[in-house]
Amino acid sequence: MASEEAELSIELDETVLQPSNTKKRRRDKEEKSELGLRVAKFKRGEAVHTSKITDKKLKGKQQYNERLASEAAFKAAKADEWLLPHDAGELEAEGMERTWRFKQEEIVEEVEVGAGRKVFDLKLEELGPYSLDFTRSGRYLLMGGRKGHLAITDWQRAKPVCELQVRETVRDVKFLHNEQFFAAAQRKYVYIYDKRGIEVHCLKEHTQIRRLEFLPYHFLLASIGDLGVLRYQDTSTGKVIAQHRTKLGSCDAMRQNPWNAVINLGHTNGTVTMWTPNITTPVVKMLCHRGPVRAIAVDTAGRHMVTSGADGQVKVWDVRMLKPLHAYFSHKPAEWLDISQRGMLGVGYGRKVQVWKDALAEKQQSPYLTHVMPQGMLRDFHFCPYEDILAVGHSGGVSTMLVPGSGEPNFDSRVADPYQAKKARREMEVHQLLDKLQPDMIVLDPSDIGQVRKEPKEVVLERKAAAVEANKARHREADEKNAGKKKMKGKNKPSRRYKKKQLNIVEERKASIKQGQSGGAAAISAERKVQPIPEGVPKALHRFYTKGG
Amino acid sequence: MKVKVINRSEEEATRERAQDLRKVHHNLDPNLHPFEKAVEYTRALNAAKLDRVFAKPFLAALPHDDGVMCLARNPRRLNSLLSGCADGEIRLWDIPAQRCLRRLVGHTGQVRGISVIPGGEACVSCSTDCSVKLWKVPFAPFEAGSVMEDDEPVLEFQGKNAFRSIDHHWNKNMFATAGAQVDIWDHTRSEPVNNFDWGADTVLTVRFNPAESDIFATTASDRSIALYDLRMATPIRKLVMQTKTNAIAWNPMEAFNFTAANEDCSLYTYDMRRLQTAACVHQDFVSAVMDVDYSPTGREFVAGSYDRSVRLFAYNGGHSKEVYHAKRMQRVFAVRFSGDGSYIFSGSDDMNVRIWKAEASQQMGTLLPREKHKQAYQKALVERYKHLPEVKRIVRHRHLPAAIYKAGKTRRTIIEAESRKQRRRVANKSAPAKDLITKPARKKKVVAELE
Repeated sequence: MASEEAELSIELDETVLQPSNTKKRRRDKEEKSELGLRVAKFKRGEAVHTSKITDKKLKGKQQYNERLASEAAFKAAKADEWLLPHDAGELEAEGMERTWRFKQEEIVEEVEVGAGRKVFDLKLEELGPYSLDFTRSGRYLLMGGRKGHLAITDWQRAKPVCELQVRETVRDVKFLHNEQFFAAAQRKYVYIYDKRGIEVHCLKEHTQIRRLEFLPYHFLLASIGDLGVLRYQDTSTGKVIAQHRTKLGSCDAMRQNPWNAVINLGHTNGTVTMWTPNITTPVVKMLCHRGPVRAIAVDTAGRHMVTSGADGQVKVWDVRMLKPLHAYFSHKPAEWLDISQRGMLGVGYGRKVQVWKDALAEKQQSPYLTHVMPQGMLRDFHFCPYEDILAVGHSGGVSTMLVPGSGEPNFDSRVADPYQAKKARREMEVHQLLDKLQPDMIVLDPSDIGQVRKEPKEVVLERKAAAVEANKARHREADEKNAGKKKMKGKNKPSRRYKKKQLNIVEERKASIKQGQSGGAAAISAERKVQPIPEGVPKALHRFYTKGG
Repeated sequence: MKVKVINRSEEEATRERAQDLRKVHHNLDPNLHPFEKAVEYTRALNAAKLDRVFAKPFLAALPHDDGVMCLARNPRRLNSLLSGCADGEIRLWDIPAQRCLRRLVGHTGQVRGISVIPGGEACVSCSTDCSVKLWKVPFAPFEAGSVMEDDEPVLEFQGKNAFRSIDHHWNKNMFATAGAQVDIWDHTRSEPVNNFDWGADTVLTVRFNPAESDIFATTASDRSIALYDLRMATPIRKLVMQTKTNAIAWNPMEAFNFTAANEDCSLYTYDMRRLQTAACVHQDFVSAVMDVDYSPTGREFVAGSYDRSVRLFAYNGGHSKEVYHAKRMQRVFAVRFSGDGSYIFSGSDDMNVRIWKAEASQQMGTLLPREKHKQAYQKALVERYKHLPEVKRIVRHRHLPAAIYKAGKTRRTIIEAESRKQRRRVANKSAPAKDLITKPARKKKVVAELE
C-alpha cells in the first residue's frame, strides 16, 4: 500500500512540475535576489577570503566557519521572511490627501478599536510639565511631573502601578533595567525608587542633575546637569564608575547611542561631545551648531544622529563617518527630538510635534505627520518601543498619538517582552546580570571587541626600543639638570629626620652606654669561650656549647 | 486614507491556560540585538571560569596493600578493572560500586603485567617470580555490598627469568611475555612456542598491534623500540633512542601509530613505517614517563609519570591539555583509560588505584537536553574566544604542586640554555661540523634505525 502511494505521489509531482519549469526557475531567481537582500541584513561583516590562506588546517577551519556563518544568515533571513507574525504599520494618502494633513482624530477613527484605544490624554495640569520614559518593552510608562509628581502606569491596560509626590522639582526620570526600579533627577540629588514608590537609594554624588540615561547592557546610570559633570554609576554594584568634568558648563541634552553605548552630550557652545567611561576626555568632539545644542537623538542602528540647535537648524549626522548628511530648518528651535525603532524622526517645539519619515538617510520635503497639542507646551516625547505610539509629556499632562509605522512590530522575548510574566522577568534579570558588560568594553566601534590584533614583531621591537630610548633620555636630562647642584640626597627624608631626632635625645648617654655595651659584650664572649663540652652530653646538644678555637 | 497600525492581541502572544507553555517570540533583526559580540565574549569568559570552577576530576581511590604496579581493563566489560600489586596480589574491581570483587592470590613476587583475554572471561598475569598465571575473571553481581573473595589461578606457566610485561593476542589463544627475551606462549602449552631476542638484556614491555594483530612492539633496556611479526617469526625493525622507553601504546584508531613513554620526560609518537623521525613529541612531564594508554577514540591518551602526576594529551598535541595530581599520590606506575573513554585509572606507589574523569569539568550522569545544549554552547563559546588573552589565561592555567612547578621551570631554563648555546655555536661555527647541525626535537633523540 505504502509503496503504491509513494509512486502515485511521484507521478503527480512530475505532472505538476514539468510544464512550468521555466516559470519556476524565474520565480526562484527573483526569490533569490529578494532573499539575497534579506540575507545581507543578517550578515556579520565581510566574508574571509580563504583562497589565499596557505596553511591547510587554518584554511579548512576558516572555510567551515564561513559556511556556518552563511548558513546562519540564510536561515535567519528565511525566518525573517516567513516566521514573523506581524507587519509594520503604514499610513497612505490617496489622491489629493497628504499624510501630514491627517488629524489624530481622523486616524483614530480609521484604525481598529484596540489600536484606537491606545490614544489617550491625561489631564494633569497642576504638576506638569511631564518628562517621560518607557521600559525597554514599551509596556510601562514612567511620568515625572516637574513639580514632584512621579507615576508608573501599565498604560495600555490603563492600570496605575504606583504614584507618589516627592514635593521637589523633578527634572528627569528614567527606568533602570526593568520596571522594578526607576531613577528621578530631583532638585539636588538623584533618587532611585522601586515599583511601589518607595525610595531605595539617594545618589548623593549626582548633584543638580538635569538629564539621566541608563545603559541597560552595562547597568550604568549616566547623569549630567548644571555642573557639567558626567557621572556613571553602576546600578548592579552601586559604584561610581567614572566622573568626567566636561568643562563645557551646564548641559541639558544627553542621549546614548544604543549601538555602542557612547553617551552624546550637547553643549551650550554648539558642540556635541561623545563620552565613554574609560577616557576622561571626549572620544569625539564636534561643532554642530552656532548657538546652544537643544536636543540630540540617535537611531537604534547607531548610524545617524540628529541634533537641534538654538540656531533653528535640525541636522542629521552620520555618526560612524562623523560627517553631516543634511539639515532642516525649523521656524522655532526644536526643543526635543526622538527617533523611533524603525527610524522615524520626531521633532517638537512649542505646542507642535512633527514626525518625519525616512528623513535620516535622505532629505525629505514634508513631514509625515504633524500634531498640535492644545493642552500645553511640550516638555518631551518618546516613541513607544514595539508600538506605533508617540507619548508626549507637556505642561497639561501626558498624551499619546498614533504614528503608523514607527514601531518594530515583532518583539524578541529574550530582549524585551511586553507580555512578560513575573517568572520570566526574574529569569531575565538573572541573565541580564550574567551577561552584564564591563564598562571598559564601551568603545566607539563595538565590533572591535572580540578581535585579536597581533602586532608584527618588528613593531613591538621598535616600540620597545623607543621606550628604552625615551627612558634613557629622561634619565640623561635629569642627570644634566642635577649636574650643577650639590645636593645631599635624602637628608630631608621623614625617616632620616626621625632618626636624627632620636639621636639628639640619646646623644649624652650614648658614649657611656656604648662603653658599657662593649665591656659587656666582651665579657659575654669571654664567658662563652671558656665553656667546654662536658662529657656524656649527647652529640645533638653540642651546638649549645661554644667550641673552643 | 489607508492606515494600519500595530495591534497585537494579548491572547495571541501569551498562553491560554496555566498548563500551557509560555510563548517565546524571536526576532533576529540585528538592530534589536546590540552588543552581541560583547555579550558573547562575556559569556565565553564566564564559561571559561565556570569550566575551571567545576574542574574536579578526582572521583575515588581503590586501596591496595602495596604499590600498584600494573593495571588492565577488560575489553568486554566496562565496569571491570584489574590491578596488580607489588606484594604479588591482583585485585579485580567493580568500578561503579567501587568494590573489590576478587583477590587473585598466587604470585610471590611483584605483579608486573596483566592482560585480559579477548573474550573477557579470563586474564593472564606475569610476575617477577618467573611465573605467568591465568585467572578466571567473574562478572560483577547485581547485589550491592561487599563480595570480596580470594581466588586461585586456573593455569600456571613457569619461565626461567623474571617477567616484566605481558600482553595477550587480540584474537588467538596466545600471549607474549617480556623478560630476558620475548616469549610467545600458547594457552595449551606449558613451554613458550616461540621466542625473540635482538640484543637486549631485558625486554621491558610488549604490546600487540590492535589492527594487525600479529605484529607487536617491544621496548628494551638497550634503549630500543623493536617491531616483530609473529607470522614470519622474525623481527621487522628496531629503533634506538638516546634514553630508555618505559612503555608503549598503540593508537587504536590509527593503528600504525604508537606512542612511547620515554625516560627523558617526553612521549614520542611514531609512525611504525617511518621510524627515523617522531610524528609528534609530547612534552610537559618533569620526570620519567612510566606508562601510557590511549583512549578508545584514539583522539587522546593518558600518561603517568615518576613526578607524581598524570597528564592527558591530544594525540597530536605537543603539550598536555590536562594535568592531574593529588596531595597523597606518589610515583605513578600505571595508567589506563576506561573502555568508554570517559574515565582514567591511575595506579601509584602510594598503594591506591585512583579514578579520574577524562574531562575534568564534565558533569557525570544523565543530562537533560537543555543541559546538554547549554554545555555544548559554552564549549563552543570557549573554543571561539580561546585566543583572547583573558580567556586564554583562564583556560590554560593549571595549578601544579610546588615540586613539579619548580622542576618544570628548571627544565625549561636548561633547555633554553642548551638551545641558546647551540644557536651561538652555529652562529660562530665554534664546534666540529657535525655538531653544527641543529636537529628538530622529533629527530634529536633517535640514535639509529636498524632493519
